[in-house]
Amino acid sequence: MTTPGTTGLILEEPLLCEQSVKGRIGFSLPPSGVPESNLSNLPKSLLRQKSAELPEISEVDGVRHFVRLSQQNYCKDAGLYPLGSCTMKYNPKTTEAASKIPGFANSHPLSTTEGMQGNLKLIYELQEYLAEISGMDFVTCWPAAGSHGELTGMLMIRAFHESKGNPRKKVIIPDSAHGTNPASAAICQYEVITLPSNKEGILTADAVREVMDEEVAALMVTNPNTLGIFEENILEICEVVHKKGGLVYCDGANLNALLGIVRLGEAGVDVLHFNLHKTFSTPHGGGGPGAGPVGIKKKLEPFLPTPLIIKENGTFNLEWSRGQSIGRVKAYFGNFGMLVRAYTYIREFGPEGLRRISEMAVLNANYIRKNLEGTYHLPYSKPVLHECVFSDKLQKEHDIKTLDIAKRLMDYGFHPPTIYFPLIVPGALMIEPTESEPKASLDQFIEAMKTIAKECQDTPEIVKTAPHKTFRGRLDEVKAARELKLRWTT
Amino acid sequence: MRYIPHTPEEIQGMLKIIGLRSVAELFSSIPDSLLQEKPLKLPPALDEMTLLRHLEKVATENHTLPRSRSFLGGGVYRHYIPSAVGELVRRSEFLTPYTPYQPEISQGTLQVIFEFQTMVCELFGMEVSNASMYDGSTALAEACLMALRIGKNRKTILLPSSLHPEYTQVTHTILKSFKDNIVELPFSKEGGFETAALNDYLNDDLAACVIPYPNFFGVVEDVREVVQKVQQAGGLVIFCVTEPLSLGLFESPGALGADIVCGEGQSLGIPPSFGGPFVGLFAAREKHLRQMPGRICGMTSDNKGRRGFVLTLSTREQHIRREKATSNICTNQALCATQMTVYLSMLGKEGLKKLAQLNWQRAEYAKQKLASITGVTLSFPKATTFNEFVLKLPKSADSVLKDLRTKGFDGGIALDRWYHELENSLLVNVTELNEREDIDSFATALKEVLQS
Repeated sequence: MTTPGTTGLILEEPLLCEQSVKGRIGFSLPPSGVPESNLSNLPKSLLRQKSAELPEISEVDGVRHFVRLSQQNYCKDAGLYPLGSCTMKYNPKTTEAASKIPGFANSHPLSTTEGMQGNLKLIYELQEYLAEISGMDFVTCWPAAGSHGELTGMLMIRAFHESKGNPRKKVIIPDSAHGTNPASAAICQYEVITLPSNKEGILTADAVREVMDEEVAALMVTNPNTLGIFEENILEICEVVHKKGGLVYCDGANLNALLGIVRLGEAGVDVLHFNLHKTFSTPHGGGGPGAGPVGIKKKLEPFLPTPLIIKENGTFNLEWSRGQSIGRVKAYFGNFGMLVRAYTYIREFGPEGLRRISEMAVLNANYIRKNLEGTYHLPYSKPVLHECVFSDKLQKEHDIKTLDIAKRLMDYGFHPPTIYFPLIVPGALMIEPTESEPKASLDQFIEAMKTIAKECQDTPEIVKTAPHKTFRGRLDEVKAARELKLRWTT
Repeated sequence: MRYIPHTPEEIQGMLKIIGLRSVAELFSSIPDSLLQEKPLKLPPALDEMTLLRHLEKVATENHTLPRSRSFLGGGVYRHYIPSAVGELVRRSEFLTPYTPYQPEISQGTLQVIFEFQTMVCELFGMEVSNASMYDGSTALAEACLMALRIGKNRKTILLPSSLHPEYTQVTHTILKSFKDNIVELPFSKEGGFETAALNDYLNDDLAACVIPYPNFFGVVEDVREVVQKVQQAGGLVIFCVTEPLSLGLFESPGALGADIVCGEGQSLGIPPSFGGPFVGLFAAREKHLRQMPGRICGMTSDNKGRRGFVLTLSTREQHIRREKATSNICTNQALCATQMTVYLSMLGKEGLKKLAQLNWQRAEYAKQKLASITGVTLSFPKATTFNEFVLKLPKSADSVLKDLRTKGFDGGIALDRWYHELENSLLVNVTELNEREDIDSFATALKEVLQS
């Protein structure tokens, strides 16, 4: 078998500003067609003195520029992208077509309620689907990304405790959590208590019990956790937290393992965010946009962000304010274009299809894990769901670290896994293949990983100096941070 | 299922290698009591044709009017988007990678971000920009948080009521848990900044004053005095720009003395899409760089000395600093930032000026035409505006809007939803998509509606 990595004709492309030629334009403008007012009637103090130095180029220049730049990117549509915790699955083209339907794309958020019935219906139904999938009672679709969902959820939790007379002071977060969890809790002015996972890589009810008191507002947990392991004590953990009046927040980043398998609401979770750009396949776009709807249990309903969509006799209305609501978390109606895509995705899969997603995602992760076990060190032996985490412990003997392995993978034609996360695994390689990958592509990836492990023994230099076939070699990050160049200047 | 490639034989073969007998055994680590036995209660799967037909029907229920017959603005602007923009942005190589964590195979995305940062700095007249925020409203909330960090013990944030009302609401929500003091200032008789209202707050508790530019009523004004007073009191000035096209004509926030500039990039090449996804813009003076939220791209070189780009200064960010990060933001709006970058590249230095002038010309024409209708006046007759203005009507703006819709027009936005003092007031936006004929027939329709 061979791996897909090779070299191709990737073209050098300077910055557009460096290609600017005075007098060129890439835009065609209509005439004003109206009797013109005199610009000199405007107060001189208001007029722009120094023009914005945008590039002057033709449309041909522009198209070539962005096509050449695009060719310098690896992407999911080109192949396996096993970035753990990011759920880089295939993004169906139908969902793009749906988002382009003019009635959606041209609809204005400040139109009359009568002029947005279709949009409100779609969002309302998506809220219901997500509630059904997660076992939560209500869902809000307004947050723009996962971390924005976390903030929204934590603000609701704070409002809940305030309504009981004490906002409380602390939030418990396991050491394996995403960095956004503590950062979101901090914006809500909570002190973060870091909770270590046990030797098996999971939380125990006893560990939670030990730090749980009546000043703890919530426990933030990720399930399955960032090692890909299901938190099997979740029921008991939720009980411990609830007993002291706390709430359980679940980071839904890894929901791709549980569609139709587990409804986390039934496990006792009070607040859960979804990453539509992960589980529900809205494209990652080079770093966004995402969407981070939040599901809640009934006791948190009074605190939902505004506006709320109310269905009455088949018509949709908006409730603009509500007494105890946390208020508005974003202007308008969330990242609506991403909601259209996720809705389309759910409707195309249907209930059986959604379950199939999780089954095959888990199958693929376990297949990789089984095949690489022994070749790479597996720090935790517990069974995993949708992703698996290895470390560089065995390769360290040859003075090779995770970063080198990641870079060498590029030469074999793969995007590397997530590296150095979760923080509890030194030199972590976090692999999430997703359900989109056929066995053949997993086999190629496994072969590449095994070949690299062999190279670590036989020809370590080639790994340490990788990548060799990419458009650029290793980039100097120290220089980037020291000699700051954050914009083009003449 | 066309998106899942596994055949039954492959599944069996893979299970065998793993050492399991069935797919169900893959989930044996989950307590039985949590495993679902019944399928989810969701509508059945649809084929592509049926699904798109269903979605088209749902979209029709919006009764979205042609863009040329709409005069809706209010922070979301209808502008023409050249064909090349959509074609380029939807390329798989921009659409389907994630954050450029591995720069060697992500130079395309990284260079686009660098060019985006450059353009945001140029537009705003500022020194540094980040790689984008979620949208204008959350960018403003982050700017206020940044001002509180820089101001240390200073707690007062001034928000004029001429700021986009939903931006004000978002800022209140996100800053809720801080012991800050958000003060809303009234707007002046001419819909602008009420400079006299500042005086009570020019003390050492002042963290920042926000200046909407143009403001929610479309008003552009000389705010140099406000900037000076706030800065003399030791506070920061945050400009908030919801229609950046105006900066092709009007002075840049940087030239007016801004410390931080945030805003919304939607008007530069991104469709209204019911309010999102858009792109939050965020720029600042270089001395405040390390307090900025979000990702930042920087230029460097590779091991062979060739120019390249990486994400940099990440020690400010949540994945490293966790609860001490400058923000909790991770995923931003990269693809929308790409879209804005492509759009501005095509528009170019001269295009930006010409398009801004064209918007102003059309809006001035509409302003005069509409204000000449019997019973209709301008709410702020002396104010300079860009492509948006407020009309005072002889009756309820809501009922007028309803009647206009039956005549095929989205006539604007009724302001009494947010401003009880602005009853019967209509916010009208005019862009290059509204030709003279559209404006004339809109004026005729409004006249008829008011006479009926």
